[in-house]
Amino acid sequence: MEQFLANFGLLIEFPIVNLKIILDGVMIGALFALAAYGLALVWGVMNVKNLAQGDFVIAGGYVCWWLVEFGLPPLLGVPIAFIVMAGVGWVIYLLIIRPILDRDLFTTLLATFGLAIIMAQLLNLMFGSDTQTVDLGYDTLYFMDGFIDVPIAKLMGVLMAATLALGVIIFMKYSRMGQAIRATAQDARAARVMGINTDRVYAFTWSLNAAICGAAGAIIVMVWVIQPFYGITHSVRSFVIVTAAGLGNLPGVIAAGLGIGALEQYGAHIFGIGYQQAIAVILLLLVLIYRLVQQRRVRQSLQ
Amino acid sequence: MRANLSVLGLVAGATMLLPGAASAACETITLGSAISLTGKYATNGMHTQNGYEFAIEKIAAAGGAKFGGKCYNFKVIYYDDESKGDRAATLTERLINQDKVQYMLGPYSSGMTKAIAPVTEKYQIPMVEAEGASRSLFTQGYKYLFAVLSTSEQYLASAVALAAEKAKESGKDPSSVKVAVAVENDPFSLDIRAGVLEDAKKFGMKVVIDEQLPRDLADMSAILTKVKLLKPDLLLVSGHSKGAATAVRQIDEQNVKVPMIGITHCEAAKVTKEFGDAANDILCPTQWAETMTYSDPLFGSAAQYHDEVQARFEMYKGRSVPYQTAQASAAMYVFMDAFQRAGSLDKEKVRDAIAATDLKTFYGDIRFSEAGNNIAKPMALRQIQNGKYNVVSPPEFASAKVNWPRG
Repeated sequence: MEQFLANFGLLIEFPIVNLKIILDGVMIGALFALAAYGLALVWGVMNVKNLAQGDFVIAGGYVCWWLVEFGLPPLLGVPIAFIVMAGVGWVIYLLIIRPILDRDLFTTLLATFGLAIIMAQLLNLMFGSDTQTVDLGYDTLYFMDGFIDVPIAKLMGVLMAATLALGVIIFMKYSRMGQAIRATAQDARAARVMGINTDRVYAFTWSLNAAICGAAGAIIVMVWVIQPFYGITHSVRSFVIVTAAGLGNLPGVIAAGLGIGALEQYGAHIFGIGYQQAIAVILLLLVLIYRLVQQRRVRQSLQ
Repeated sequence: MRANLSVLGLVAGATMLLPGAASAACETITLGSAISLTGKYATNGMHTQNGYEFAIEKIAAAGGAKFGGKCYNFKVIYYDDESKGDRAATLTERLINQDKVQYMLGPYSSGMTKAIAPVTEKYQIPMVEAEGASRSLFTQGYKYLFAVLSTSEQYLASAVALAAEKAKESGKDPSSVKVAVAVENDPFSLDIRAGVLEDAKKFGMKVVIDEQLPRDLADMSAILTKVKLLKPDLLLVSGHSKGAATAVRQIDEQNVKVPMIGITHCEAAKVTKEFGDAANDILCPTQWAETMTYSDPLFGSAAQYHDEVQARFEMYKGRSVPYQTAQASAAMYVFMDAFQRAGSLDKEKVRDAIAATDLKTFYGDIRFSEAGNNIAKPMALRQIQNGKYNVVSPPEFASAKVNWPRG
């Protein structure tokens, strides 16, 4: 308790800490928001709760890391991971997802859980179980007497994440395929009646999700570290963020990602960083309770 | 069965034809090991296996273990425990019950060792392990478990002593040193923390930060922000290779200035390769380093061991051989020595011989306490100086002077 109060005191004694915590939190949240966005997409459109979400992220990270080992510039790794993972996603859709699309929740959970295990082990066999990272070697910007630090690498990561998110949002709003995806999400049968090839929409959505995760992973390997078995972290956060944002609320996913990032950092500062994930889950609980109390019966659709 | 008989026949024939070729005629002692060849410990499991195999080859090349007028070579039956504790325990049962293994070599990591030890204990099978450092392994009263490595609470405790020494040198009282500790929430890292807190208390130092690293996330900026505010004199971090990589990167990014920083698993995280100058002057504890002046008749000096292993295994080309490999070889050496002193294949006699081990090896001295941990070998502390790991403590094995204060 004394520790908590002391930590709280630091926030008031040094107001600048607040700014630093929010900045750190938003930067962390931005990276998690990407994978969550992808999850919201497949969840909303295909009603598949993808437990392998985090493993797609890690796979994307390995694509980028592997290319850098061959001497490619790291920033190029992001678009390449996007493309490679889109292809991987397509294959996975054909092999695993399509046959189980009409099955119940349990089957899809089991299948994606199995997929998560297989992917983690494959990455382990291919790249070994060491943690890997790509160091961009960029400088860090310092503000306020060096107290606020913004590593350029992290900043670039956030910017890339933002660009990608913006691109996907615009794509969903204005492109033909984006419209078809949203129509399918609202009512797949009606969409089919209107001449939309829903099978293609599903395949596209799935590989778009894999691609987004891949790009997110490529960014993450540059600011954090990856290891074949770290996927679960990203899966858990994705589920927390999507649930907190509310299903079908794609822009809300990004806001929720940023908000959870910042709140987690506050929690980490006050209660100790070891409780960071507990804080994320408690936040989720609070949101769910709030929703339950509210009992809004709004028909939700993909916006 | 027929194949086995014909092999026996061949061996017998060879013995009669070539009485001089003793090594070919040696009998075989079979040991068992459940080891992580897949899963999250796969890399370190491989290092461990390499260490065992290299030692076995060296023993064979030296004519085998000799006792009772015969010579013996060693063979290990390995099973992959998939880095899972329950699997390791099951496989150990299988090794003992189906493969009739009478002697065990340890798995990788404290967690796996903890899972296996109750099984080997139940069947009274002596196990020499080289990769489980957790102190809690040696508080259970196990009689058949022996470990060649230093236990985990010693990992960073040596840095506390070094900080006290430096404080004294600069005319300050060691009790004025402020300590910050950040460790991951797992048995091994918590042991390290306990060792640090204990030693800090001995010197009367104040622990200003005592936090746990997030298990799932490679981000410790919240802790480092506090470090900047509270300005400790000693920062100690232990969170496996993820923790090491995160710490080195973010200490640099956030421009954290602490006179002395100690981090475990620097090598596993490849911090010098990944982060270059940012890793300079960081202290990294190690069980063993090839620059240390230990040696023995089987492996030669630590440096010789290092070079030979590097030449033998493809995976060490262009990088140092990790201590995980060295201590695995040392464990095998302990077995050979124990067999020779026991002069028997009886597992109880071998167990007693292991308990009485007093061995000087390339890896360090080995002498077991009543509880089974090695009490003869100190933990070494290296400092990254211009991208190189130089031993700076303990003084008798130091190859360089410590750079202090850092940054």
